[in-house]
Parts: sequence; structure tokens; C-alpha cells
Amino acid sequence: MLNKTGVPTAEDVLTVTPSEERLKKGPVAIIECFQEIPCNPCTEACKQGAIQPMEDINNLPQLDYDQCNGCGVCLSRCPGLAIFIVDASYSETEAIVRIPFEYVPVPRVGESVVGLNRAGEELGTFVVNKVQSGGQKNKTYTIWLVVPKALAMDVRSIRLGGLRHAN
Amino acid sequence: MRITEHPILDFQRGEEVTFFFDGQELKGFEGETIAAALHAAGVRVLGHSQTMHRPRGLFCAIGNCSSCLMVVDGEPNIRICVEKLKPGMRVETQEGKGCLR
Amino acid sequence: MPKVKEIEVLIIGGGPAGLSAAAAAAELGASVLVFERDDKTGGQLVKQTHKFFGSKKQYAGDRGYQIGNLLIDQCMSNPKVEVWTDTTALGIYEDGVVTAEGQGKHLKIKPERIIVATGASEKMIAFPNNDLPGIYGAGAVQTLMNVHGIVPGQRVLMIGAGNIGLIVSYQMMQAGVEVVAIIEAAPTIGGYLVHASKIRRAGVPILTSHTITEAYGQDSVEGAIICQLDEKWQPIPGSEQDLKVDVICLAVGLSPLTELCFQADCEMKFVPELSGHVPLRNKYLETTRPGLYVAGDVSGVEEASSAMVEGRLAGVCAAFSLGYGNDVAPKLQADALAELSELRAGPAGQKTVNGIKKLMDKGGAAC
Repeated sequence: MLNKTGVPTAEDVLTVTPSEERLKKGPVAIIECFQEIPCNPCTEACKQGAIQPMEDINNLPQLDYDQCNGCGVCLSRCPGLAIFIVDASYSETEAIVRIPFEYVPVPRVGESVVGLNRAGEELGTFVVNKVQSGGQKNKTYTIWLVVPKALAMDVRSIRLGGLRHAN
Repeated sequence: MRITEHPILDFQRGEEVTFFFDGQELKGFEGETIAAALHAAGVRVLGHSQTMHRPRGLFCAIGNCSSCLMVVDGEPNIRICVEKLKPGMRVETQEGKGCLR
Repeated sequence: MPKVKEIEVLIIGGGPAGLSAAAAAAELGASVLVFERDDKTGGQLVKQTHKFFGSKKQYAGDRGYQIGNLLIDQCMSNPKVEVWTDTTALGIYEDGVVTAEGQGKHLKIKPERIIVATGASEKMIAFPNNDLPGIYGAGAVQTLMNVHGIVPGQRVLMIGAGNIGLIVSYQMMQAGVEVVAIIEAAPTIGGYLVHASKIRRAGVPILTSHTITEAYGQDSVEGAIICQLDEKWQPIPGSEQDLKVDVICLAVGLSPLTELCFQADCEMKFVPELSGHVPLRNKYLETTRPGLYVAGDVSGVEEASSAMVEGRLAGVCAAFSLGYGNDVAPKLQADALAELSELRAGPAGQKTVNGIKKLMDKGGAAC
């Protein structure tokens, strides 16, 4: 259970998973926010009007998948780092998963990284095909990973680098 | 150990200075606390308790708990987690309550 | 006899609540003095690397240290605000004089209004060898890492999966420290689940219904024994695990730093939901000692977002009671109260809401 382990269950994930058809159409946000907490930056980040304004700041985000164009602005604004973008239209067999990233070293384009699921378990080695900086103030990077289509709703993190200290 | 690369923060460090820990010459940075400099040098035992002589280390780092009392330039009971490092300081492990010289 | 300095509003504590109070009171025209025990203001905000929750009004989306710097700038740019750093309040007396120690001097201040915004201190738990070097409060680890840029060690056991335990674990991972596990005695994670999930998916286990039974090591921590707890919070025999760690970090809760309120003879009440003894106060945060307000964790441990709003409310109320801002103060008060209700409206805020209700209830064991 999510509140015992930190790992959302398959049922939790289903509640934020768009339809097969919508996934096929192109990039879409997957908002993995399952607990009512006072937080609404995602609603203000969305310029498409896809994330509905909240009546109560404690509400869970409501995303209109058809309005969402997968721009990823919400991903870089979510304080909980709980938003991912999945693009299942990338190729016949592969999808792109965009994940927020706030560690060092930041992976480079073309590098292979170990992809992890929501429980931190290894799912394989995947290629980074784009790295977006969050900018001077935001600082959250967006890492674009090419993954097999079947894993698009599973890859959510990458293995971190080792220790990086002097003396 | 000092952090050399961080995803969010940049660390501005002052001038490098020399100080002494139980007679041993160590380096630290001006503006940081004595505790920070000792920790960066790997020193974790700062004193020993009065009755049981148990090792004492840093605990709260903001001047609340008095776990980090040391003898600094001859003066005992200095909370080194809030006391700033100065060049040439003589920092010594404190045994028990310490004594004024 | 040292001269007694007179001031309209004295604020004790320069963290999120205190700085917000200072800016709000000064904005209405009151002259404000802030005491800060540390050599810099900003409190624990300046050690927070994560983006804050809440709404735009509480700077949601900005990182804690960025909000801290913003509040510091707000106060510094207002000529009505004076800040004394390295200054520790010592007592609040019957004649209204507040004494303090600052740079080795004994200081006396006569304020017309006082806002106590002293925050909270970390709790400790009992287990064998809990005094070994290498066992730190989570706040100490934050200070070492995020102020001084020094890691506490190589491999860490975090005790406590409330927001602080989760956030500090994440901060250690950001600093390249290996977090071996986060353990939590309660059956569920206490902090925000989005924090828990982002740590967990990076590979750090979060073990609920687990506790530490002992730490071991010669001169400093070399390891810890943890075990699982049953539904009655009793250790399950045979569930022990030996973790080789050089750091044990305690994030087992905070207690309001209320010594000054006790000493000032504010009526106090023990409210578990607010994490300890807290002063009775009305909805405008004025305690039973007229002219003495509280704001932030000292009035009940909560989040920095609500501490900032409480600070703003106390600042407005203190200035308004001195005759400042008659035209705008009532609206500012109403806005702040509405923001507080909004922040506490969800399930996460229920504990605080219940605590405040208990606190305001007439009767009960006040002391």
C-alpha cells in the first residue's frame, strides 16, 4: 500500500492512466498525486487549461487528457515531483518517458542509464534522448528516456550515480 | 567530507584558514562553524561525558543541546556548532565539565 | 544600568513566522525589532532545498531557501525593520521589559507588543547508545549539508517517515549520501506521500512498523539494529536486522519552543495534535498575556507555509492594535485567516484543526 511503502499500487496508477487511444495520440501528463495535500502549482502551470482549477487547494489534480498536449510545464513545477510525461507515439515499439530529476550527475544525451520502477527496482538500460534544464531558478531537470512501449507506465526513475565528494 | 557538486545549492566558502585540533593542524574555511570544519576533517568525537566518559558528538548543530562543548583557546564549554572558526584557533576535546584556567 | 530600548513591536525569532510578522507589521507602519539567535535570519527555511507546497500566496513552487531569501530581502528593504542577529531573548518580565543576550552584552528592550516566533526543537527517542557520535537530529544534518556543504557520513539510517525524515533523506541523496533505509514505528508514512514516492523510486526502502532497538560502535556509530513491530507496537522476535551505517539520523518530531511563553506567564495547555505544550491564544494569535502574540511552530508544530501566514496575521494584528493600518488591517486579517483555513482544510490539516479546537475549548487542563 502506498501509505506503507511509498509505492503507488497498480490500482492507484490506473486512476491516473489515460486510455490506450489517448496514449497512442502523443505526449500526455501522468499526474501521480494520490493524497490530498494543500498544493496547487500544477493548476497554475497548465497553459492548456487541461489541469482543472481546484475549488479546494487540497483537491487532487484533475487532468483533462484531451486538452493536455504533454508540454511538460507541470512536470517541472510540481513540488512533489509527481508528474511524468509519457509519449507512446514515439515509434512502433518505443515510448518516451519524461521524468523530473534533481540529483547529480545529470545524465547526458545519448548516455545509457538504468531505469527503475516506482519501487526502485531495475527494469533495464535505456537511452537518454533529451535533457531539459529547469533553468536558474527552478533547477529541476527533465530527463527524456526511450523505453519499450510496454514499460512506459512503469519506468519512473533512474539509478543514481555514486559518491561525489572531495577529501 | 565536503560536497563539491550539488543539484540545487552553491556553497560560498570563505578564506581557507589553519586551526589546531588537540595540537594537530587542520584546515577549514573562515565563516563556517568549528563543528563544520571538524566534521569536514572527519572528527566526530568532540568530548567525553563527565561520569561515564562516553564519547560526545554533534547532535543539534544549532546551539540547543550542548552535546558539542569543547575547549576553544583555553575556554571550556564552547558550543562549537555555533562558534565561528578563526585562523589559529586551538580547539581541544573536552573531558567532563572542563575547567577554567 | 544599560539603557532600555523602546520599540513598538518586538519579534523573537527570525524564521519564516518571525520574518513574515516583521514585514507585515512594518508594512502597516509599525517600527519593528527582530531578535535572531543565529548569525543570520531565515530560520530553517534557508536549509530547505525542495519546492514548497501550498498556493502562490505562500510562494508554492519556490524552494525553501529561495522563499527564505525573499523574506529576508523584504525585511531588509523596509527601513521600519531592525534585525539584531546573534541575539537570544532571555526573559519577558511583568513590567513589560524583555531581556536578551547579544554579542556578550545584556540588553533590555521595552516593546509595546511582542510576537514570539521561536519555532520548535527536535525530539529525541530512547535506545541503547543513542548518545554515540554519528547520531544526529535531522536538523543538524540539514545544517551541516545545506548551510556548510558537508555530508554527515557515507551510509545513513533515517528514523522517522514524517515530512522531515523524508525531506532530509532526499536532501542526503541529493548530496550523494547513501540512505540505507527510512524506518517508521507507525504503521503508515506520516509525511506527504509524494515525498515518500520520489525517494522510494530512487531505491531507498521505507519500512513502516519498524524501530531501532540499539545503535552500536566504539567511538562513534558503526551500525544499528532495527526490528519490525506488531500491531501493538511490540518488537517481533526474529525480525532484527543489522544495518552497517555510520550515521543515524533522528526525525522523530518537534516540540514547540515555548519556554518564553511559560516564563511570561501565558496560560499553557498540552495538546498532542500541536506537538506539546502551547500557549492559549485567540484566533488573532494573541495569548492570555495581552499584547503577546505567537506565530509559527511555537503555537503548534505545522508546516512552514502556515507559519508564514500565521506570522503575517500576528504582525498585522500587533500593528493594528497600535493604531496602524485601520483601513486595510481588517481585510488583511480576514485574508490570512482564510488562507490558514484553506491550508488546513484537507485531511493533512485535520490534526492541526483538531488541535486548535482543543486548545481554544474552554476548560480542560490548562497550566
